[in-house]
Amino acid sequence: MKGAAQDAPNRAGSLADLVRPYPEPPAGHVSDSRLEAVLRSGRFAVTAELNPPDSADPADVFEAARPLAEVADAINATDASGANCHMSSIGICALLTRAGHGTVYQISCRDRNRIAIQGDVLGAAAMGVRNVLCLTGDGVGAGDQPGARPVFDFDSVSLVRAIRTMRDDGVFLSGRRITRPPRLFIGAAENPCAEPRDWRPERLAKKVEAGADFIQTNYIFDLPVFEAFMARVRDLGLDRRVFILAGVGPLASARAARWMRSNVPGVHIPDAVIDRLERAANPAEEGKRLCIELIGRMREIHGVAGVHVMAYRREHLVSEIVHASGALDGRRPWLRHPDA
Amino acid sequence: MYRVRLFAVRHARRFEWLYGRFEAFMAACDPLFSRLGYARVERPVAFVERLTKGFLFDCRMCGQCALSSTGMSCPMNCPKQLRNGPCGGVRAGGYCEVIPEMRCVWTLAWEGAARMRNGGGIHEVAPPVDRSLEGTSSWLRASREKAAARREAREAGRTALARAYPGARASEPATAPLADEPAR
Ligand code: SF4
Repeated sequence: MKGAAQDAPNRAGSLADLVRPYPEPPAGHVSDSRLEAVLRSGRFAVTAELNPPDSADPADVFEAARPLAEVADAINATDASGANCHMSSIGICALLTRAGHGTVYQISCRDRNRIAIQGDVLGAAAMGVRNVLCLTGDGVGAGDQPGARPVFDFDSVSLVRAIRTMRDDGVFLSGRRITRPPRLFIGAAENPCAEPRDWRPERLAKKVEAGADFIQTNYIFDLPVFEAFMARVRDLGLDRRVFILAGVGPLASARAARWMRSNVPGVHIPDAVIDRLERAANPAEEGKRLCIELIGRMREIHGVAGVHVMAYRREHLVSEIVHASGALDGRRPWLRHPDA
Repeated sequence: MYRVRLFAVRHARRFEWLYGRFEAFMAACDPLFSRLGYARVERPVAFVERLTKGFLFDCRMCGQCALSSTGMSCPMNCPKQLRNGPCGGVRAGGYCEVIPEMRCVWTLAWEGAARMRNGGGIHEVAPPVDRSLEGTSSWLRASREKAAARREAREAGRTALARAYPGARASEPATAPLADEPAR
């Protein structure tokens, strides 16, 4: 019992360490997110998607984050993407924020209702999450447990508005007051290459209207389609109201590309790209080169504020790709939080 | 029926006109409904509503009808029940990610809205569906709402939701109601 008494002051000390004051955003910002700071300063931002482990070991999360951290302003933790079960986005974010990484907490509307999601948003913010990405989510049939009940209580657009209401009005959707509102940089996705293409910019406008601060797009392999999309986005003046990060990633081979095209919802890869991989002596190398080229082209498109690199199972290439593309312009993303 | 539903979207402009007339008529009936008691007319009206809208639009009686803002394509037929679609998974040719042989409900919605005279409601951010209203009459709700819009309603919970989605409330009153619900 003597030992326990001696422990007490120690424990109190470590608790005080954990309870840092909840930060207020700098003037003109909605959060103290580093991603927001990079984007608002007009620099080209880089985010990267983490492959979530099928494991309860925190070491696996840090291992997965390692190849991304040195080139990414924020790391996206997917929320059972493709309706496949992995470690939760909120768990991964909680670990990574402890280590000083910027994170994007992805919320899919497929698995949780409005009560769970609003609670998780507060929990995530309390654990140091500063960016959220609101997604509709793929249908449960696409995943490893097609018998699951799909929830879809919110959709991505109404979710964006709900989080904005929590942040800016300081209330839940029930009207109950939130004593300390979450300071979050709110994101949404868009898929410029999916049908109905004519209406994609209009729907983006809806997301901006709902309160999106940034957009991360799905994979873009069809540059002419994306350029047409961006032209319309500029006509609507959306590039001045929201930061758009274009989705890119390295393809491993023509076969992998074909598989993705027919099995992953919302992926559009033109035949020309697949032909190019097929003809290459070293398809993996060619896929990497293609990705570097695409990033270069993205930097030239007016209204594109950064890239979002999704290198599923090829995360080890991310750093090389980003460096080779010059996307960071010699800039080094913070590895640790300035005040950590 | 799928065929009829596609027909309704193709003729969204005509249905919009019809629907507008009907809504005005229902709103005008508010004093009558109030006198009879909304609770009393609820069941017969909901019955008729289910039959007509079920036939025309494959209506699911969500109780928060938004057809005039969705090109007369009922969003509850979307397997993800999106109220602000389409999702990012729409297949080539505008077919649904989840049910590949069905046209995407939301691709149809945007097409239908473009045909309508006042299809602009599709640009408004729609709130999540209030599941507790499932099975109830949207017609009566809209008529109450239209009548109540002039009155000052003050109820904390719903005013927050209605305030969070003002555009939707203005264009589709049943989706973010402010007026009191009658006892059921
Ligand atoms: S493709 Fe269209 S109908 Fe199918 S789930 Fe997505 S939005 Fe709904």
